[in-house]
Amino acid sequence: MELLGYILQQCINGLQLGAVYALIALGYTMVYGVLRLINFAHGDIFMLGAFIAYYLISRFSLPIYVVFALTMLCTALAGYIIEKVAYKPLRNAPRISLLITAVGVSLFLEYFLSLKSVFTPNYIAFPRPFEVEAFDVFLFTVTNVQLIIFAITGTSLGLLYLLVYKTKKGTAMRAVSYDQEIASLMGINIDATISLTFIVGAALAGVGGILYGIAYPQINVFMGIMPGIKSFIAAVLGGIGIIHGAVLGGFIIGMSEVFVSAFLSSTFRDGVIFVILFLVLLLKPTGIFGKRIDKV
Amino acid sequence: MKFFWEARKVILLSALVYLVVKSVFYFGFVSQYIEQITLYALIVILTSLGLNVIYGYTGQFSLGHAAFYGIGAYVSAYLTKVFGIENVFAYIPVLFVSGAAAGLAGYLIGIPILRLRDDFLAIATLGFGTFVRVILDNSDKLSEVLGGSRGFVGIPRLTTFELAFMVAIFLILVTRNLIFSRYGLFWRCIKSDELASASIGINTFSMKLMAFTYGCFLAGVGGALYANLYTFLHPSNFDILKSIDFLIIVIVGGMGSITGTIYAGLIWVGFIEGLRIVLPAEIVDLRWVFIPLLLIGLMMWKPYGLITKSRR
Repeated sequence: MELLGYILQQCINGLQLGAVYALIALGYTMVYGVLRLINFAHGDIFMLGAFIAYYLISRFSLPIYVVFALTMLCTALAGYIIEKVAYKPLRNAPRISLLITAVGVSLFLEYFLSLKSVFTPNYIAFPRPFEVEAFDVFLFTVTNVQLIIFAITGTSLGLLYLLVYKTKKGTAMRAVSYDQEIASLMGINIDATISLTFIVGAALAGVGGILYGIAYPQINVFMGIMPGIKSFIAAVLGGIGIIHGAVLGGFIIGMSEVFVSAFLSSTFRDGVIFVILFLVLLLKPTGIFGKRIDKV
Repeated sequence: MKFFWEARKVILLSALVYLVVKSVFYFGFVSQYIEQITLYALIVILTSLGLNVIYGYTGQFSLGHAAFYGIGAYVSAYLTKVFGIENVFAYIPVLFVSGAAAGLAGYLIGIPILRLRDDFLAIATLGFGTFVRVILDNSDKLSEVLGGSRGFVGIPRLTTFELAFMVAIFLILVTRNLIFSRYGLFWRCIKSDELASASIGINTFSMKLMAFTYGCFLAGVGGALYANLYTFLHPSNFDILKSIDFLIIVIVGGMGSITGTIYAGLIWVGFIEGLRIVLPAEIVDLRWVFIPLLLIGLMMWKPYGLITKSRR
């Protein structure tokens, strides 16, 4: 019974981490869908979200919903600028050049923000916008932080679903990710759609950053690297370019990480994620929901 | 012997370079520190050459090159420390064993990941790099000597200028011969069009694997020389930033150019270490702000690399 309670508790913790990964993975998968680019800077947008929220809470002590709105706005703007400045001039360049640029953008954001005059290279404590309360449910406890994370993640996913599947913009997005040339022949504005994808992805990463800061209250300019890579792996696991795949992948990665830390050792949790990546790439490179693509 | 006869021009030239550099060192025109970074430049050139074989010649993008460099470094450090090697002649086999260990790691990891291409290969090699970093950070659990995240200390200093120079020249010649051999031709074919290469009967997978293994071997030898030059290793020396260093050298030197890699390696090491002498430490810390900008600018200006001709 005790073991069951422990397992259930770890499940809740895994869902909490998985929710953050799912939010980041969505940005990766959407950008990959429209541009066939691994946007390495996406993990840093997540970091930027956490830092902007930190400043809004600690300097201006704004209410939490304003923090969410402003942070999403800022990260969306950052995503838009990165796309316009760094990726758009390379639209017709080889994919590897685009990838190298993405790595460059990511390093630039990290090291520029780590300057003492900009942010700081040190770990800083993320202020708690509200008191933590724990509720005992059956065999495990759930905190209000976790409930808020689940609620916000659920709302964001719902809104994203409505955007992608119920609006014209969303249809355009799916059309572009299906075939860019044909979509442009159908009168879809490719550039605007790509920008929109970056904006939506970056806003979701911003939400992920705030939630991560609330759940694991220590932030650092390099905090985006590992969650970024792991979320990308989550997107690959679920099938890159597929939205519900990214969400499922995020939860699987979050769960496995928490379970490995709980039952093996926390030093191996990064290693396990890469074992998962290798297994996916070997056994089913298109991911769980991916269909076989016979394109070269 | 034929090998050396055919390479007589290069050997003559390198003997000249050797004499000049050695006399500069001998008469004490430069400090110990400059000597050290000259050696380091040779190591960087050798390792970047490995990446150039993988990426520049064969077109397989790797973001985990520093992992193989690290494997070579740790193997060499472990062997020389545990067996107490102090003789240069006993060190040469260790050098090649370390290279072979890195090559073997490259071979084993290459079997699954070289089926991937472009950006998926990038993320897989990046994953491998992080994986190796985690192993190195926890290596003290395997053997106390390795030191884990505290770093590997007390490695005998065996890398001399003569040794590093000769090994570098020898391996550069071997690489050149490989590039202009039948296999090198296959590699370059795969780079320009993998599908077309397969259609004319090239076993693309085994050729890619061969190039990857050889490139990792070079990185391993470079790492071994590094370990026995600085006598101290830390897992953070072998992370993604180091891989990016090598990548920049390959791109700046021109993908698929040996002389380009040599020049770029010299310029790169000179630039980074030179900055350290000229500028105060705070400004040197800024270099990782400017290097990415350089990388982005380079990609916008010449998306196909500096020297490589554009296709299509």
